[in-house]
Amino acid sequence: MNDVTRAGGATQAATPLTIARPFRLQWEPAQNAHVLLYPEGMVKLNQSAGEILKRCDGTRDMDTLIAELEQAFNTTGLGTEVRAFIADAHARGWLE
Amino acid sequence: MTDLSQPVSQPVSQPVSQPAAGAQTEDTATVPPPLWLLAELTYRCPLHCAFCYNPLDYTDHSRELSTAQWIDVLREARALGAVQLGFSGGEPLVRDDVEVLVEEAHKLGFYTNLITSGVGLTDQRLGDLKAAGLDHIQLSFQDSTQQLNDFLSSTRTFDLKQRVAASIKRHGFPMVVNCVLHRYNLPHVDKIIEMALAMGAEYLELANTQYYGWAHANEAQLMPTREQLEEAEAVVAHYRRTHGERCKIFFVVPDYFERRPKRCMNGWGAVFLGVAPDGVALPCHAARGLPGLTLPNVKETSLREIWYESDAFNRFRGLHWLKEPCRSCEEKERDLGGCRCQAYLLTGDAANADPVCDKSPFHETVVKVVQRAASASAAASVAREQPILFRNDANSRKLAAGAREPDVTVITGGSGAKP
Repeated sequence: MNDVTRAGGATQAATPLTIARPFRLQWEPAQNAHVLLYPEGMVKLNQSAGEILKRCDGTRDMDTLIAELEQAFNTTGLGTEVRAFIADAHARGWLE
Repeated sequence: MTDLSQPVSQPVSQPVSQPAAGAQTEDTATVPPPLWLLAELTYRCPLHCAFCYNPLDYTDHSRELSTAQWIDVLREARALGAVQLGFSGGEPLVRDDVEVLVEEAHKLGFYTNLITSGVGLTDQRLGDLKAAGLDHIQLSFQDSTQQLNDFLSSTRTFDLKQRVAASIKRHGFPMVVNCVLHRYNLPHVDKIIEMALAMGAEYLELANTQYYGWAHANEAQLMPTREQLEEAEAVVAHYRRTHGERCKIFFVVPDYFERRPKRCMNGWGAVFLGVAPDGVALPCHAARGLPGLTLPNVKETSLREIWYESDAFNRFRGLHWLKEPCRSCEEKERDLGGCRCQAYLLTGDAANADPVCDKSPFHETVVKVVQRAASASAAASVAREQPILFRNDANSRKLAAGAREPDVTVITGGSGAKP
């Protein structure tokens, strides 16, 4: 999650993206960061990871997610980066 | 939790990991907030495990915080930034207010972990805990066999634990199975893994015994041989390859077999804040055993003051307190001098380098302990002459009384049971 440009493509086309149990995402003011909590552990997310994962709430598929991020940050061409991060998050078991 | 739970468990248990946080190399700069609150609700326990990390004189500290006092602790800790919360003990379920505390903790935004022997975890309580928002349950086993489980905990609990594990999964909780490893059960590590898989555990913590508290008193009986550890590690590696997707297996080599120490609690006063049953605040599970450390109590001092201002939490924080050979060591930021309890127990001074480090002038002490354990016949004779000291009230009172009379040697007599 440090480096969102890593890992390959693996596109889950129209599947809604959802945080997997037993992970829980929340914003922690004391750490000024989103964190992923799981049994007896925590991953502190950097800003881009947090912005992506907080939108993985079961209401968006990959394309919607990318479009929304590009709009939110007023930019284009995030597709490759976001897909790579989502593939990595799947591999870590963070997403269903 | 490192246990944080067990001597850590773990430590604990595995402590809070921060792969994205980057290296924490600051010495003075800013003190980070506590992230992991361990609420040791009680020292009462139906089990009498020979490797318990509770203090030997726990019977001297039996006056427990009330529900209202615990709720204040939860609120203060959450306000400081604590986000992982372990309810532990003793056996937390001997208190009837765990559900109330879980409900409050859940409302506050903690990720709540119940660290239990399973004794007292009825279907009724599981349902109530689920409704209260409990996130996860860590269930401890002593071995994969009834005989050894029951011997090491000095109880008959194995069948009950099997039933409880099934109920935990029926109620939809993620489950960590924790098993403390030592000379007697390391040869069964394959069976222990199979058992955890059959129970549907998402995580298995194979926590090698850390030698303080009761485990230190039983060190001669519990210390494994290097061969036992290497064989167990190979078995773990095999299962990680074949079943790693289904169940994440943690296995930490015990400190005595290494040449570099581990960070104590991921840094003293850096992540972990424990509160003992009587309200004493602990920078590490075993800090009660360190002489010369005046531990603050939540009944008298706010958690904020305890965490940021107290001498106890600042004593070994960062790097400024390090003595040689640590002070000039280029690896000091990696291990922060290691475990303070090990330094005290094996060198007599908690501010010394952890003697697990082969740069410590006391490293030979650790080597000797391991060598003694390597001789199977020697271990057998120790077991004959000195029965295992089970953690129970009678033994605790005897040890506490002995500690108050420094000239009297405590005879460590247990129940006399043999495996």
